[in-house]
Amino acid sequence: MSLLRISNLSLSIAQIPILHEVSLEIAPGEIVAITGESGSGKSMTALATIGLQPEGAKVEGRIELDGTDLLTLTEPQMCSVRGARIGMVFQEPMTALNPVQTIGAQVAETILQHEAVSRTEALDRARAMLNRVGLPAARFPLSRYPHQLSGGQRQRVVIAMAIALRPHLLIADEPTTALDVTTQARILDLLKDLTRDFGMGLMMITHDLAVVAGMADRIAVMQNGRIVEAGPTAQLFSAMRHPYTRALFEASTHEVDLPPAPPPEPLLVVRNVVRTYRQPRTRLFGARPEVHAVDDVSFTLHHGERLGLVGESGCGKSTLTRAILGLEPVQSGTITVDGAPVWTGLRPNFEVRRKMQVVFQDPYSSFNPRHRVERLVAEPFNLLPDPPRGAAREARVAEALVAVGLKASDASRYIHEFSGGQRQRIAIARALINDPTMIVFDEAVSALDVSVRAQCLDLIADLCRRRPLSYLFISHDLSVVRSITDRVMVMQAGAIVEQGPTQQVFSNPQHPYTEALLAAAPKLPDMKKASHGT
Amino acid sequence: MRMPRSLILGSLLTMVFAGGALLSFIWTPYDIETLAIPQRLQTPTGAHWLGTDQLGRDIVSMIMMGARTSIAVALLAVGIGICLGVPLGLVAAARRGSMLDEVIMRGNDLIFAFPSLVIAILITAVFGAGATNAIIAIGIFNIPVFARVTRGAALSFWSRDFILAARVAGKSPARISVEHILPNIANLLIVQSTIQFSLGILAEAALSYIGLGAQPPTASWGRMLADAQTLASIAPHVALVPGLAIVFTVLGLNLMGDGLRDLLDPRIRVART
Repeated sequence: MSLLRISNLSLSIAQIPILHEVSLEIAPGEIVAITGESGSGKSMTALATIGLQPEGAKVEGRIELDGTDLLTLTEPQMCSVRGARIGMVFQEPMTALNPVQTIGAQVAETILQHEAVSRTEALDRARAMLNRVGLPAARFPLSRYPHQLSGGQRQRVVIAMAIALRPHLLIADEPTTALDVTTQARILDLLKDLTRDFGMGLMMITHDLAVVAGMADRIAVMQNGRIVEAGPTAQLFSAMRHPYTRALFEASTHEVDLPPAPPPEPLLVVRNVVRTYRQPRTRLFGARPEVHAVDDVSFTLHHGERLGLVGESGCGKSTLTRAILGLEPVQSGTITVDGAPVWTGLRPNFEVRRKMQVVFQDPYSSFNPRHRVERLVAEPFNLLPDPPRGAAREARVAEALVAVGLKASDASRYIHEFSGGQRQRIAIARALINDPTMIVFDEAVSALDVSVRAQCLDLIADLCRRRPLSYLFISHDLSVVRSITDRVMVMQAGAIVEQGPTQQVFSNPQHPYTEALLAAAPKLPDMKKASHGT
Repeated sequence: MRMPRSLILGSLLTMVFAGGALLSFIWTPYDIETLAIPQRLQTPTGAHWLGTDQLGRDIVSMIMMGARTSIAVALLAVGIGICLGVPLGLVAAARRGSMLDEVIMRGNDLIFAFPSLVIAILITAVFGAGATNAIIAIGIFNIPVFARVTRGAALSFWSRDFILAARVAGKSPARISVEHILPNIANLLIVQSTIQFSLGILAEAALSYIGLGAQPPTASWGRMLADAQTLASIAPHVALVPGLAIVFTVLGLNLMGDGLRDLLDPRIRVART
């Protein structure tokens, strides 16, 4: 008998249909993944299941949990279902916990909310739950506050809250998207264990096919509010009947062809760079502790070379980027571009900065919402001693927009009229407009859907074929770096622990940290092998 | 998009008083500098819509002339606050964490630490009573308010990527502040201005109530109130009218500020749609 049975669920908000006839079943102890790109309706399906769809949404169909139709329940009845029979884990562990309450109090609160037990007993059970999710009492007493924990540890607390009452169904909405790859692997293992141990059903919402490939029993692929294909994991991957599933799979494993790099001739030379930050003092008259964000880093980027930089959050890659771009001075060491330092005396060197541009991660915050595209794209002209004006300026902006696959007429539009992928193209246009010798891609495709990401990577490869382009490609995602770079560096705790030709590093990692990163990265099954197997 | 109801009501109230003040430049029902003692303390009649005061002056005319004083003083005081406070806040945000930031913000704290009205009394007492000194005294206390609001809002923008992009494009902090930060925090400053404006009107009324604001024969709501209070038992309307004028103007400006915030703040706007 199935635990959750969603049949013909349709949902519309203000006459706009969001979900069409979604049907899905989850058995006890089963992991069912719902996957698809942003706007596919996967999160809305989860929210409708727990009865938290936006106000004014019109819901039709049936959502049966243990035989009761949840859609017929009143709000007070739903409140007793939420938390007790359905638990939910959210994407962002940084905001899912109340910062002024201890972790013990927060887990106990879920129990006290639903069961008439004493506070002591609730705290005891909270303790047991925290132990179960891998936060032992010795290191993580109940009196800890969320800010004292790392992202992965917070997500464990969120999971403990969700399973405190041993719900029959656990919904996890992108539970590992905000986490580093090694942490992600451990959280996924924990979720898998808990599902088996407790006999829960797990509804796992994720955009990442690779994440679910390794853990889900069944997968449902959603597109535009419909389930376009669903089936047992192995079967789905070997058959891939629906073109969208195939497209999604291909985009996830997308590889680009880079033209061969020209013979090495140093462009960017980083020598023994050290950048330390002084932290606030912890005691009134104590010394301020220092953190070595970048610790004695040296590398060279050659003309026409595509260099990758991989590391987890907090490894110092952002600090290094800012130092290279000349936005911040370094304590010691030198950074030169074509032999000229990026920072002379107390000022950044504009001669050098003209040769560099950058594309940032978040397409939504990297543009001033009050300026038109024309003005946004032309901003780097500010670096030129004699910037083009009038028609010449318009022509340059148009040229840059066309180069990234947009229309020249887009120049007069505002940034909110563009999608995330288009915005990232505009960011690339902004980076290209001065014909820089070098571009820094700072997690430039990390925030994009897989198909849009594939298009952006194609665009970058295409630009490489058309003009001499050298770049530093920074990412936490190993799979992206693999095909878009010639050489890769792995950074850990402010130091570069391994560097070498990309294929070599990936196939034969030398440093244990690189090995750990590669092992933790979720992998998609090899499609050719899978299809031969059936 | 629908206008918030508070904005409509607030703007109407504000416009009534601002309109009265403007009208007083060309026309008032009676000349307020002519005294007509025989007609003193009349209750509202057809000739004098709100009656007359203890010197026989028409109260409608007095209120219109008083609105002029109140609005002029408050407007100039807010102007001082914006002209000095906003640049200070922008500089503090641009040089966040530096010594300069500390000096500016601790200077602000210093002004904040004194009860504003007491210092305004001190200033007017030392430099002489009068509208100009009232403007300066009220204006000084607007500076830290605007500096703080500006700095706080600007800081949240300094961490955004488009500011980083502008820095990569070689723009100076001053240019970034003017080109990128200021337009993005303008709505917040507009809302703060309406609130400071209403506080300015209250402060002006308070100063002239104790005789430190605009001097006779310039009309002022605060002094009308002070003059009428001893007669409250004989002619309560003489005290009531300027009091109500103050209340409704301040209420109107506050409602307008609330409404503008609802209209201009994109976060609230998103939440409502």
